[in-house]
Amino acid sequence: MVVARQDPAPPAASTSDNPTALSVRDLHAHYRVSHFGIRRDVRAVDGISFEVGRNEIYGLAGESSSGKSTLVKTIARAIRPPLFHVGGEVVFEFPDTGRFSLYELPEEDLARLRWRHLSYIMQASMSVLNPVRRVRHSFADFAFRHIGKRAPEFWALVAGHLERLHLSASVLDSYPHELSGGMRQRVTIALATVCRPDFVIADEPTTALDVVVQKGVLEMIREIQQQMGSSVLFVTHDMSVHAYLADRLGIMYAGRLVEEGPTREILLAPQHPYTRHLVASLPRIGDRSERHGLEGRPPSLAAPPPGCRFHPRCPLAMPICAQEVPPLEDAAPRHRVACHAVKRGSA
Amino acid sequence: MFAVLGDLLRVNREFALGVLLTGIVVVVALASLFSPYPPLDVYVVPPDVPPGEGFLLGTTSRGQDVFWQLAEATRNTLLFGIAVAAISRVIALTVGLLAGYLGGAVDRILMSINDTFIVVPLFPILVLFYFVMRDRMSWAMLALVMACLGWAYDARLIRSVAMSLKTREFTRQAVFSGMSTWQIVTQEHLPYVLPIVFSTTLNNLNWSIGLEVTLSVLGFTDVNTPTIGGMVFWANQHTALVAGIWWWIAAPVVLIATLFIGLFLIAASVSEYIDPRSRLARIGAAK
Amino acid sequence: MLAYGRHLLKRLGQFVLVVFIGVNITYIVTHATPINPVEQTIAAVTNFGNTSPDAIEDMRRSLKALYGLEGNIWEQYVGFWGRVLVGDFGPSLSAFPTPVSTLIGRALPWTIGLLLVATVMAWLLGNLLGGLAGYFPRSRTFRVVGVIAMALHPIPYYIVAFVLLIIFGFLWPILPIAGGSGMNIRQAFTAEFVLSTLKHSILPALSLVLASAGGWFIGMRALVSNVVTEDYVTYAELAGVPKRRILGFYVMRNALAPQLTGLAMSLGAIFNGAIITEQVFGYPGVGTLLVEAVHKGDYSLVLGVTTVSIIAVAAAVFIIDLLAPLIDPRVRAVDTAEAHA
Repeated sequence: MVVARQDPAPPAASTSDNPTALSVRDLHAHYRVSHFGIRRDVRAVDGISFEVGRNEIYGLAGESSSGKSTLVKTIARAIRPPLFHVGGEVVFEFPDTGRFSLYELPEEDLARLRWRHLSYIMQASMSVLNPVRRVRHSFADFAFRHIGKRAPEFWALVAGHLERLHLSASVLDSYPHELSGGMRQRVTIALATVCRPDFVIADEPTTALDVVVQKGVLEMIREIQQQMGSSVLFVTHDMSVHAYLADRLGIMYAGRLVEEGPTREILLAPQHPYTRHLVASLPRIGDRSERHGLEGRPPSLAAPPPGCRFHPRCPLAMPICAQEVPPLEDAAPRHRVACHAVKRGSA
Repeated sequence: MFAVLGDLLRVNREFALGVLLTGIVVVVALASLFSPYPPLDVYVVPPDVPPGEGFLLGTTSRGQDVFWQLAEATRNTLLFGIAVAAISRVIALTVGLLAGYLGGAVDRILMSINDTFIVVPLFPILVLFYFVMRDRMSWAMLALVMACLGWAYDARLIRSVAMSLKTREFTRQAVFSGMSTWQIVTQEHLPYVLPIVFSTTLNNLNWSIGLEVTLSVLGFTDVNTPTIGGMVFWANQHTALVAGIWWWIAAPVVLIATLFIGLFLIAASVSEYIDPRSRLARIGAAK
Repeated sequence: MLAYGRHLLKRLGQFVLVVFIGVNITYIVTHATPINPVEQTIAAVTNFGNTSPDAIEDMRRSLKALYGLEGNIWEQYVGFWGRVLVGDFGPSLSAFPTPVSTLIGRALPWTIGLLLVATVMAWLLGNLLGGLAGYFPRSRTFRVVGVIAMALHPIPYYIVAFVLLIIFGFLWPILPIAGGSGMNIRQAFTAEFVLSTLKHSILPALSLVLASAGGWFIGMRALVSNVVTEDYVTYAELAGVPKRRILGFYVMRNALAPQLTGLAMSLGAIFNGAIITEQVFGYPGVGTLLVEAVHKGDYSLVLGVTTVSIIAVAAAVFIIDLLAPLIDPRVRAVDTAEAHA
C-alpha cells in the first residue's frame, strides 16, 4: 500500500500574538489491531501540525471518527494499546516549566507535570470518577500533592474552587452515583482545573448535557480560562459550541487537519470544501433554504483513499486531488487550508 | 462455529493443550471397546503385579488389569458426565432463555429460584438421596438427579447472553421485519448462544464428574458399575496405599486430573474468546 | 440508608427462599422415593445386634413420626416443617438416645472454624495474587502463578485432599493426618489444645485453600484486566496518581465487589468441599458425622445434617450479602456472577 505522506509542515509562524503553549509537529498515531496474526494499522492521526498560543481557546471540529478524539488523546499522551504514537512531536512550553517534548519525557517526570501544568477532561467524563469512593478522595488523590498546602487550607481552596463552578462543598462527601449528570460533569471540570493548570485539554466535555446545563458549563470553562490565563484545547463535533467558545478553529477530516483559522473567519468565510459543507449545515435563524447532506461516507482509515482524503466526496475534485496530498498552507494571514482547488483559486 | 474452533486450535495454546489432554482421556475411554476381559470379572489376572511388562499399569488386588479397568471406568464416568450435561442443558437453556427474553417478573422469579440452586449445598442432598435409595441407586438415576440440581450456574450465564442479544440492533430489525420469535432465536441468536453453551457444557461436565467421583470414592453410588471414583473406592477398600499397591490409586487420580485440566482449559479459552472485553485485552497484550 | 434497607430485605427474602427450597428438596427426596424408609432403617439398625421387640416397636413409632408418615400428606408436610423450625430431629439411631441436635452442635464448631479460616485465606490469597496478576500482565512470576492456578482450579477437593494425604502421610510424614486435635489432650481452652488443633487443621485447611484459591485467582485476574480499562482508572493514571494507590483504591476495590458476590454464590460448593476434606482427614466436623451416619444407617442424623447444612450455608450467604454494600456503595445487583464462569 503506497500512500503519499503529507510533508511535515514547516513550523508555522506563531499564529497568534501570544507566545506558544503547545506545538504539534507532524504527529502520527495508529490503532494497531492484530487478530489471529493479521496486523492492520488504522491511521487515525496522520501527520498533523498546529500550535496553540497561551491564553487561547483552540477548538477542534470534525464529524465523528475524523480522529479528533484520537488526536487529543495523543497530545495528552493518554494513549493505551491498541493506539500507538508512531511519529511526530508534541512540545509544550509554560512559564514555570520551560519547553518539554511530551514523548521524550520519562513517565515519572511527566507524572509530576500532569495536573499541575497539563490537565485533561476525558470524553467519557460521566465515568471518570471512581464509583466506590467519595468525591473527596478523588480531589485528594489528584490534586493534594500538587498544591503543597496543609490539609485545612487545601480543602478550603477546593471548596472555593467548587463554589466558582456553582457546586456546594457537600458534593465532596457524595458518591459519584449520587450526583446528577451535570453535577458530575462540573465536578470533573473542577477536578481538572483545581490546580490552575497552564493547559487544559477538553474532549467533548458537554456532549451528554442538555442545552441549558451545557451553556452553563461552557460559560464556566471560559470564565475559568480567563481567570487563570491558561490555554484550552477543546474538542466537539458541535459547531455551535465552537462558535460560542473557541478563539481559533481547526477542522479535521479523516485523520488530517484540512483547515485552520480564527473562528469568525472560518464560520463566515470557510475555504475548504469540507469546511464549507460543515458550516453550511449549521442552522441559522431566518434561513429556510434546504440543506444538503454530503454524498458518501467518511473513508476507512485502515485503507484511506490516496491524495486528498476528501476527494471522493468533494464537489470540486480534480485529477490531482487523487494523486497528491494537498499541503496545509496559508490562504490568508493566520488562516491555513489544505486544498488543491483553493490554492488554484478555482474555489 | 467449527471455523472458530479451528482458529482457536491454531492460535490459542491453552485451547490446544486442553484438546490434547481431553483427547488422551477419550482415547483411553474408547480403548475399553477392545477390552479382553469383562469389566466386572475379578481374578482374571494375577493380583498385585506392579506396572511394567505384561500389564501396562499393573494389576489390582482383585485380580483386574488396571489399564482395562481404567478404560472401562473412564468410559462410564464420561458417559455419566455427558448424560448430566445433556439433561441439565435442556433445563439451563429453557430457564436462561426464558428469563433473558421475557424479563420483568418472570426473570426475577426464575433468577431467585436459580440463585437458590446455586447456593444450596448439593452434596448433603445427594448423600441423603443415596441413603434413601441404597441398592436401587443406579448411575442413570444419579445422573437425572444431578442434572435436576446442577443447571443453575449455566442458566444464569445463558440468561445474560440472551439479555444482551435482545437489546442488540439486529434483533430489533428482525422483529420489525416480521420474523417469529422461534425464527429469531434459531436463526439469529443460536450462533451467539452456541459457543457459550459449549463452554458451560464443559464446566458442567467437570462439575458433575467431580461430584460423582467424590460420591463414589465414599461408596455413595452404585459401586458395581466401574467408574473412576469406584476404582479409588475399591482401592481404598483393599487399603491399597498401605499395602503399597500405589498404581491402583495413582492411575485413576492422574487420569481424572488430566480430564479436569483438559476440559477446564478448553472451557476457559472458549469463554475468553467469547468475551470481547478480554479479547481486547489480548490485542493490547499482543503488541 | 433506605437503599441499604431495601437491600437487606431483598437478601432476607433470598435467605428464606433458599431455606424453603432446600428443605423442600430434602422433603421430596425422603418422601417421593418408592422405599419404605422406616422398615429399611430398622433393618439396618437391627443388623448390628439384638434389639428387643419393644425397642423395635418404639423405634418404629418414633421413626414414623420422624419421617412424617403419620396423618395425611398435608399434615406430614406441616409436621416436617415444625420439626425443622425448632431443630428437633429426634434421637440419633446410632448413638441412641443422644439427640441429633446435640451431635450436630458438637460437630458444627469444628466445621465452621475450619471453613471460615480456609475460605477467608483462600479468598484473600486468590484475590491479592489475582489482582496483581491482572494489573501486571507481563510479570513472569504472576504468569507462573497463573499456570499453577489454572492447573489446580479444576481439580476437585477430594483429589487435592487425597494427594496431600499421600504426600504428608506417607512420603513425608511431618503433619498429623487425622483427627481434630491430639487424642490425649483435654478439649479445653489451653495453649496445648489450641496448638494441637491448629496443627491438625493445617492439612485440611491447606487442601481447601489449594482447591479454591485458584478459582479466586482466575476470577480476580479477569476482573482486574477489565477494570484497568475503565475510564476512572485511565483518568487516575493520567493525573499521575501513584501506582500503588491506583492498584489499591481504584482497581482492586472495584473488582472486589463482584468477587464478594462470587464468594456468596460459591459457598455451597465450598461447603461440599469441606465435607469431603473432613472425611479424608477424619476431622470431627459435620462432614465426618454425615459419612458415618450413612454408614451406620442413622436416618435422623443424615436428615439433620442435611437440613442444618442448608440453613447454615444460607445464613453465611446472607451475612456476606450484608457486607457487600460496604465494599460497593452502589449495592450492586447480583448480576456479576457472569464474571466467574
